[in-house]
Amino acid sequence: MTESTYRIQGATGEWEVVIGLEVHAQVTSKAKLFSGAATAFGAEPNTQVSLVDAAMPGMLPVPNRECIRQAVRTGMAINAQINKWSRFDRKNYFYADLPQGYQISQLYHPIVGEGEIEINLDEKNPDAETKVIGIERIHVEQDAGKLMHDQHPTRSYVDLNRSGVALMEIVSKPDMRSPAEAGAYLSKLRTILRYVGSCDGNMDQGSMRADVNVSVRKPGAEFGTRTETKNVNSVRFVMAVVEYEASRQVDVLEAGGKVVQETRLYDPDKNETRSMRSKEDAHDYRYFPDPDLLPLELDDAFLEECRQSLPELPDAKRLRYEKDLGLSAYNAAVLTAEADTARWFEALLAEGARVQKKSEGEVAKASANWLLSELYGALNRLGKTLDDSPVTPEDGAELLALIADGTISGTIAKQVFEIMLETGGKPGAIVEEKGLRQTSDTGAIEAVVAEVLARNADKVEQYKGGKDALFGFFVGQTMKAMQGKANPQVVNELLKKALG
Amino acid sequence: MSDLTDLTVAEIRDGFRAGDFSARDVAEAFNANVAAAKALNTFIVETPEKALAAADAADRAKAAGEALKPLAGVPIGMKDLFCTQGVQTTAASHMLEGFTPTYESTVSAKLWDAGAGMLGKLNLDQFAMGSSNETSYFGNVISPWKRKGGDNAALAPGGSSGGSSAAIAARLCPAATGTDTGGSIRQPAAFTGISGIKPTYGRCSRWGIVAFASSLDQAGPMARTVRDNAIMLENMAGFDPRDSTSLDLEVPKWEAGLSSDLRGKKVGIPKEYRPDGLNAEIAALWDRGIEWLKDAGAEVVEVSLPHTKYALPTYYIIAPAEASSNLARYDGVRYGQRDLPDGAGLQDMYAATRAMGFGPEVKRRIMIGTYVLSAGFYDAYYTQAQKVRALIARDFEQAFEKCDLLLTPTAPSASFALGEKQADPLAMYLNDVFTVPASLAGLPAMAVPGGLDGQGLPLGLQIIGKALDEQTVLNAGLAIEERAGFAARPEKWW
Repeated sequence: MTESTYRIQGATGEWEVVIGLEVHAQVTSKAKLFSGAATAFGAEPNTQVSLVDAAMPGMLPVPNRECIRQAVRTGMAINAQINKWSRFDRKNYFYADLPQGYQISQLYHPIVGEGEIEINLDEKNPDAETKVIGIERIHVEQDAGKLMHDQHPTRSYVDLNRSGVALMEIVSKPDMRSPAEAGAYLSKLRTILRYVGSCDGNMDQGSMRADVNVSVRKPGAEFGTRTETKNVNSVRFVMAVVEYEASRQVDVLEAGGKVVQETRLYDPDKNETRSMRSKEDAHDYRYFPDPDLLPLELDDAFLEECRQSLPELPDAKRLRYEKDLGLSAYNAAVLTAEADTARWFEALLAEGARVQKKSEGEVAKASANWLLSELYGALNRLGKTLDDSPVTPEDGAELLALIADGTISGTIAKQVFEIMLETGGKPGAIVEEKGLRQTSDTGAIEAVVAEVLARNADKVEQYKGGKDALFGFFVGQTMKAMQGKANPQVVNELLKKALG
Repeated sequence: MSDLTDLTVAEIRDGFRAGDFSARDVAEAFNANVAAAKALNTFIVETPEKALAAADAADRAKAAGEALKPLAGVPIGMKDLFCTQGVQTTAASHMLEGFTPTYESTVSAKLWDAGAGMLGKLNLDQFAMGSSNETSYFGNVISPWKRKGGDNAALAPGGSSGGSSAAIAARLCPAATGTDTGGSIRQPAAFTGISGIKPTYGRCSRWGIVAFASSLDQAGPMARTVRDNAIMLENMAGFDPRDSTSLDLEVPKWEAGLSSDLRGKKVGIPKEYRPDGLNAEIAALWDRGIEWLKDAGAEVVEVSLPHTKYALPTYYIIAPAEASSNLARYDGVRYGQRDLPDGAGLQDMYAATRAMGFGPEVKRRIMIGTYVLSAGFYDAYYTQAQKVRALIARDFEQAFEKCDLLLTPTAPSASFALGEKQADPLAMYLNDVFTVPASLAGLPAMAVPGGLDGQGLPLGLQIIGKALDEQTVLNAGLAIEERAGFAARPEKWW
């Protein structure tokens, strides 16, 4: 594997980095894991808190079936073993953001066992090497509340809105060997979660965060001692943590020191990690099965429903785009990298096939090219995304149909598109209103061709004398005279005829 | 008309319907008894106005010719472990002193919906931890019973439902709720000459009951007769989607199913419940109980529950383990008492609050529980205890292949004097030796009074049934009740 040869050059030779990620992904669900309270992001503090979340005396947890379902679907999406029998455990510790004094989690019997994710080592190059990263397990657990230390000079405030929100903890095997692999893994995982719809993947809102386990070793040696950097909240930061930690650990080891097994925090401003607590003062969490909850038993009908509800996943979709739609590997990869993009593209495709009365395969290439060049270019320029695009897939399909049936030329299409972006108008209406319909009227075009040739008699001479390149000049002059509305094919034919 | 406070739940219900007296008459009579019995310290909070309000509602409904609710006209006591909306709920702890829930426990809500009125919140052992009601922050409950022969020692009403047992025995309420984790309904019932049943685990919702040990806690009724227990239990039990361990089953018509005819039933006598040195009077009562059940038509067989001797140590690992975690929420952050010494940080506040808010027995159990769950000890204690618990449950399953119910003593002794066992927690824990096995197995079990000992104190018999077979338990209880003819009552001294 050429890509796995990421090496840190130390004074004593080359070092290899070993990385495992524990990703906490907030389950997309209207209600919390064990209470009916809502989970909206950004709500006023302590407005999404039930009696259960506040751990009032006598309150009991009841598992939310939808959260369980999402965890199972996620497990299925990574080809993991689904455990039909799992159990919740209590992780006991005291903290002000943890009202119960324990977090309900799954230590001994997680709901999802081993699975795997295939990553592509170079996003830009679909033909680059792929690598399979093992998943150890996925378990579901409660999130904690949030402490706010900046609201009062001497007091801390507690916001319990997140308290009890369902998280999936997705634990990878220590299979990654470079910052790029860690980044690719996290991106791919996020893509899968978004496809499945089990997590919105919004790392900036805290819906997804990673604990990054890093160790270094001489290539081929035993695993070294690892550190765990907590709550890293972007792909870029994860890569930065790996890079920083790996070189820090190499420095420590080469200076004759030992890497301390500890929890660290990442400071994005300084781009460094800092020690948070070492193993010596680690908590004894006193895990034990939660006696308020029965074991979670999943029946076959439930599992089948989960399986049926899974959408086409990114890898399968990418292959289908290449094989069935005839898209380039690059276009297929870009269009499937985000669930939203693929969804938009498929809406465009379906509408295009419908209005042009063609198969999706017949309209796929033009649709893909227009989306990735015209639409993306425009959105970039406007600082928008597909989500808030002023142009809908239906508008796009209509525009492409107007090109395909010769109503407008590609050049005019660009004008129409600009007007669509500005006004949100429909392409057909814009073409009519602005009189942009392309003409194939041979009589009208012939007249213009005759005029152009008459005005440029000298160039006609040169052309006839062998200067073939001037043909384009005549085309351009004709089109210009017709304000771009002439059918270019007809122009070509008539020019050829007129020039003999 | 006899004193209304001598009536049973069934008699009050039926007399009220027949027009023999008004519900208000009943509520006022019990309110008066409660007000006059401060010396027993059975109530933490008295709510005479609630008893009257429910009574007036019942009287109005009757006057209007409306259909009457099953417990219309019946006032009851509520153990202060059940959260009651708008009424202080403390679990007899300093920690929750002043805590007023905004919500009503499922069991208490069912009782109010059934028309019952609340006389007040009954004292108990702190967080239901204790067997003598001596761990309450609000002081000991004093049993209304006295030893005969002029011994004036204040006696224990049993625990943890000691306020419930003493109040019923003293005619302060005709019935009350209890909760039973390792015997907290049955042992106090035995100590005070009343009946009480712990139903199958999952029959009564735990929602809104301050948790002690979740896998063991079960609510149940306490009253003077078996019929009253059946009536109460029908109005307490039922599926509750808010409790994951609640059983999704119809509530049987236990009262209608009452029958003391035990022909065709086999009663198992577990030999392990007759250890060397068993109190002779208790052994004799047990023998009389066997004869009563034979007289009712049952066949008696000897059975073996070989792991019985491990039940108490198993219980005293599992219950404190769960308690140590369940009680972590009392941290001074959101409700209840808080101790915030000058300059204290979060950890200091936790320590100060919990040191101040919990009594010694609660602290002892939190420490035991924390210890048995800690790294390096978990397998040796907690995992092992869970295995033994499974063996104990299997013992019962095997015994029930040979019989339909079991008869045992309820407690190894009659009531003892307050203070007598305070110094020795182990001796106190031994009170639960006969009640704990059924708790570990989640089985229905009932205490019924069988007679008095030589000192004039009540002794109880315990009936343990198959899971979900409360009916057979109640029926055997009825057979004993009819034959024991237990009519003794404490002489009023308070």
